Amino acid sequence: MSTATNAPETRKPVSGLREFWHYFSQNRGAVIGLVVLSIMVLIALFAPVLAPHAPELQYRDALLKPPAWQEGGSWTYVLGTDPVGRDMLSRLMYGARFSLVIGVVVVVLALVGGVTLGLVAGYFRGWVDIVIMRVMDIILAFPSLLLALVLVAVLGPGLVNAMLAIAIVLQPHFARLVRAAVMAESSRDYVTSARLAGASHLRLMLVTILPNCVAPLIVQATLSFSSAILDAAALGFLGLGAQPPTPEWGTMLATAREFILRAPWVVTFPGLAILITVLAINLIGDGLRDALDPKLKRS
Amino acid sequence: MKLMKTLLMATAMVAVAAGAAQAKQLIYCSEASPKHFDPAMATGGNDFDASARTIYNRLVEFKHGATELEPGLADSWEISADGLEYTFKLHPGTKFQTTDYFTPTRDLNADDVVFSFERQFKEDNPFHAYLADSQYEYYEAMAMPSYIKEVVKVDDLTVKIVLNTPNSPMLANLGMDFASIVSKEYADKLIASGTETDFASKPVGTGPFQYVDYQLDSVIRYAAFPDYFKGKVALDDLIFAITPDTTARTQRLLAGECDIMSYPSPTDIASLKENTDLVVLDQAGLNVGYMSYNTTVAPTDDVEVRKALSMAINKPALVEALFGAGNAEPAKNLIPPTMWSYNDATPEQEYNPEKAKEILAAKGVTEIELWASDRARSYNPAFARSAEIIQQDWAAVGVKATINTVEWTQYRIDGAKSDRPGAFQIGWGGDNGDPDNFFAVLFGAAAIGTQNYSIWNNAEFEKLIKDGVLETDQAKRAAIYVKAQELMTAEEPAFLMAHSTIYMPMSKKVLGYTMDPLAMHRFDNVDVAE
Amino acid sequence: MLKYILNRLLLVIPTLIGITICSFGFVRLIPGDPILALSGERGVTAERYAMLVEKYGFDRPIWEQYFRYLGQVVRGDFGDSLATHRPVVEEFLKLFPATVELGIFALIFAIAIGVPAGIFAAVKRGTWLDQGLMGTALVGYSMPIFWWGLLMIIFFSGYLGWTPVSGRIGLQFFMKPVTGFMLVDSLLAGNFNAFVSALRHLILPTIVLGTIPLAVIARQTRSAMLEVMGEDYVRTARAKGLSGRRVIGLHALRNALIPVVTTIGLQVGVLMGGAILTETIFSWPGIGRWLVDSIYKRDYAVVQNGLLIVAVIVMIVNLVVDLLYAVINPRIRVQSS
Repeated sequence: MSTATNAPETRKPVSGLREFWHYFSQNRGAVIGLVVLSIMVLIALFAPVLAPHAPELQYRDALLKPPAWQEGGSWTYVLGTDPVGRDMLSRLMYGARFSLVIGVVVVVLALVGGVTLGLVAGYFRGWVDIVIMRVMDIILAFPSLLLALVLVAVLGPGLVNAMLAIAIVLQPHFARLVRAAVMAESSRDYVTSARLAGASHLRLMLVTILPNCVAPLIVQATLSFSSAILDAAALGFLGLGAQPPTPEWGTMLATAREFILRAPWVVTFPGLAILITVLAINLIGDGLRDALDPKLKRS
Repeated sequence: MKLMKTLLMATAMVAVAAGAAQAKQLIYCSEASPKHFDPAMATGGNDFDASARTIYNRLVEFKHGATELEPGLADSWEISADGLEYTFKLHPGTKFQTTDYFTPTRDLNADDVVFSFERQFKEDNPFHAYLADSQYEYYEAMAMPSYIKEVVKVDDLTVKIVLNTPNSPMLANLGMDFASIVSKEYADKLIASGTETDFASKPVGTGPFQYVDYQLDSVIRYAAFPDYFKGKVALDDLIFAITPDTTARTQRLLAGECDIMSYPSPTDIASLKENTDLVVLDQAGLNVGYMSYNTTVAPTDDVEVRKALSMAINKPALVEALFGAGNAEPAKNLIPPTMWSYNDATPEQEYNPEKAKEILAAKGVTEIELWASDRARSYNPAFARSAEIIQQDWAAVGVKATINTVEWTQYRIDGAKSDRPGAFQIGWGGDNGDPDNFFAVLFGAAAIGTQNYSIWNNAEFEKLIKDGVLETDQAKRAAIYVKAQELMTAEEPAFLMAHSTIYMPMSKKVLGYTMDPLAMHRFDNVDVAE
Repeated sequence: MLKYILNRLLLVIPTLIGITICSFGFVRLIPGDPILALSGERGVTAERYAMLVEKYGFDRPIWEQYFRYLGQVVRGDFGDSLATHRPVVEEFLKLFPATVELGIFALIFAIAIGVPAGIFAAVKRGTWLDQGLMGTALVGYSMPIFWWGLLMIIFFSGYLGWTPVSGRIGLQFFMKPVTGFMLVDSLLAGNFNAFVSALRHLILPTIVLGTIPLAVIARQTRSAMLEVMGEDYVRTARAKGLSGRRVIGLHALRNALIPVVTTIGLQVGVLMGGAILTETIFSWPGIGRWLVDSIYKRDYAVVQNGLLIVAVIVMIVNLVVDLLYAVINPRIRVQSS
């Protein structure tokens, strides 16, 4: 990671931000992604206002109603109803809350854990470094979904445990990234001089070194955000994530699977919601990387 | 001369036609992998379909599509006047299957029958514990150890089963899968070569089909047993395509990848029936789906709370949402209406949320645990969905239900614990068509810790089920079981949900398949059209 | 160079030990009594319980259990499946070819489309073609593949009826497994119809499993190409008047493929994770479905050792990729010497 060249940007936050926005806004995809994600966030925030029905309310006289535009559908239930007569649109809207919260919580957990471990490993080196990085290697040796699956089996199924498992699986990426950056920075003049000036370990790590690897961290965090949503949905799909009647998209898909022949809409819409959200975040991620990575900017 | 020529021609043509005819093959999309192929140690219907009903026979057999018995390996039998001695005459010249791992040197005889039972109860029998962590669960669950005293060889073709006390359902029990007759000669050979565990993975029986190959979790292959004692069956090859996912199973049938499937999703029945390439057979299942209240843990230790909780559930709406219209009927008794002793006089469950709310408020019930598992069963296609519906109904009367979803194996272990709180969804499919197989097995005190998920121990009920087994007159037994049903209605140890219809969709080319009330899948009388 | 390889090999040992600790530890931490879980629907007697504890060594101190486990693993004894009573290794070896066959196809599919798409996008940089290809790649990269698989089944198998729904081969075909690879076995048996059937069964799972690697490879190829095309020697070559196609073919491509090889290597882990979902959806009798089923069934021996075997395989593949990278990439050679 060539983070050194970013240093001037972070030193001058105002112009850095302006420059960043300049590059970011040139990327049409990224802007579209940002708009879509903002809409998702708004939907999630205002779900109680926007949703036409309560997400858990079962209309026993309207089981598996097709979407409004299909034969037999009605505008009361725009995207149709599920097998126990709950409104799909309302559940999807509330589902946005879960997916976004899952993404944020997982990223924060993985970021805090990974950054701490990476800083400690890269700064202290020696056996601390060896132990931490070996553990990270071990985590990375398992296919991530399989590891998350086993962790959830250990912790017990459920949304909180699923988030925890995914965070554990994702954090080595942060740790590796930060460690590499720290090692690259440690030998630089400004760090050496700060050390000579008697700065404490903590201060050196947090104030002097960390800000210089913010850019790749942001990119990594965006990537993790989308994979957290995907993995949580996959766990939900395998029956080990959020438990019904939670309107989490992956869980909705899992419970709807037996209806794919008779009522394709109960399968189509939750998956589409996952795809759109993840796609939006990945578009933003690409835009961020292009805007923050000076090497690509040049070419 | 001319006649001779014509005859020769005809014979030649028949020979050509026979040679050209494809081997008759039936592909059955089944719902789960068998644990192994030892019918006495297995517990699941899918295990039995793959072993007991294909590879093996029993002394007596259930008639196709019925719970009545007919001769199996025993041509005839006599029961002594005191009901303690059952004497069976074996069918002479019955062959065991010849496979690439075993060639029998003798026909079936009394030694095989004695061995088949003794291995299940004699601890010094070398096959009593040949699979380290399995046990003869059905033999024990049917209380056989307390009834069977000994199994005696009278002569080569005569066997006597001696009981400790009379037991009315005994003969029906002997038609069950665990009573399948295995080969002692094969067992002895495995002991000699030290490969006892092959007994469960490379089966040898007398049945209509013999084992060819099993690809783990995907395909079991059988071939017709040419020397089957009832005559070779019409099919040549039988294939079990194991497809646990219900939707995939249905799609395989629609795509013609299999000819017949088990347990379609109730929601697909309507569209399957519309398909002109398919036939969908149906039969009222000998089953019940219910929800056990723990009668020993608060708040459901109070009969009024139990009744109020049941009263809060809109049963017809629940059953329709769960199974789809017409695929199941709401249950009011534990046993299904097709079973003798069914009490028609039992009143329908009252649905009265206002009254329920009042009682529950007065009793201070605001929270309850509600259990669900992940497996689709014929008596409940989606525990999670029924849980969500019941949760909603209870919320309407001010009781907040927390749903516990647990994996199927662990689910039943957790549910059987005597301190398990709340309401536990479960169900049962009959094994032998006898009411005792419902009342005693599911709500008897002896079943606490196993199948009695209500932890219900009622002295009056205990006396009734004990009398029911000792009594041999069916009319008197029926009266006893009617009383048992009245008692259950009064005590509400469980919320009785539904008796479901069992469907069997198949390609039009499948001929002669009969639905079985005991949920067995038998293919010995099936043929396929060319 | 040798030093680098030795160093890299040495690093494997602590990771290996760590993996065994993990696979051992996970299983002990899973809640619930393993013995009760094994005893089935109708409970277990006290004597039987004691016997099972003894047999599986659950009564020993935890470290003793671990060393016992390690000893067994080193001897290649991975125990018996608790559900089927057959050796875990035997089950693994039966199912592994199915996963490998699917994985190889998915990887070939991903490379065969991903690399040309990436090159094409790089060469046509900035055009609508580039944007279209990369947009599609990003959609693929964002795809919840369990949903993708269901959609494919609904459309191609259900609606159009073009492809089989699930399984590895038509059920009417039966060959004794020789290699375990259906395509090879059917050819060895000389059964061309079986070969076609196996091929048809591979189509949908291959596409579903290959989708994410395809997207990653296409994106990686494009950016590697762009980077290389900006380098001095390519510009020089261009300035010398070499034709565009020649420059791309000869100079840029060869150098651009170096990082792409690493990316492809890294996809093996991704494939293994994707196999869990793909095999579940298509009832593909491979390792992924086996492990998921075992987690549901709480078949401890299978989860524990299957996990171990999979992790070791992924680790070895990563090792090989690293070493390969060192061999083909001159920069690392220089650095390490």
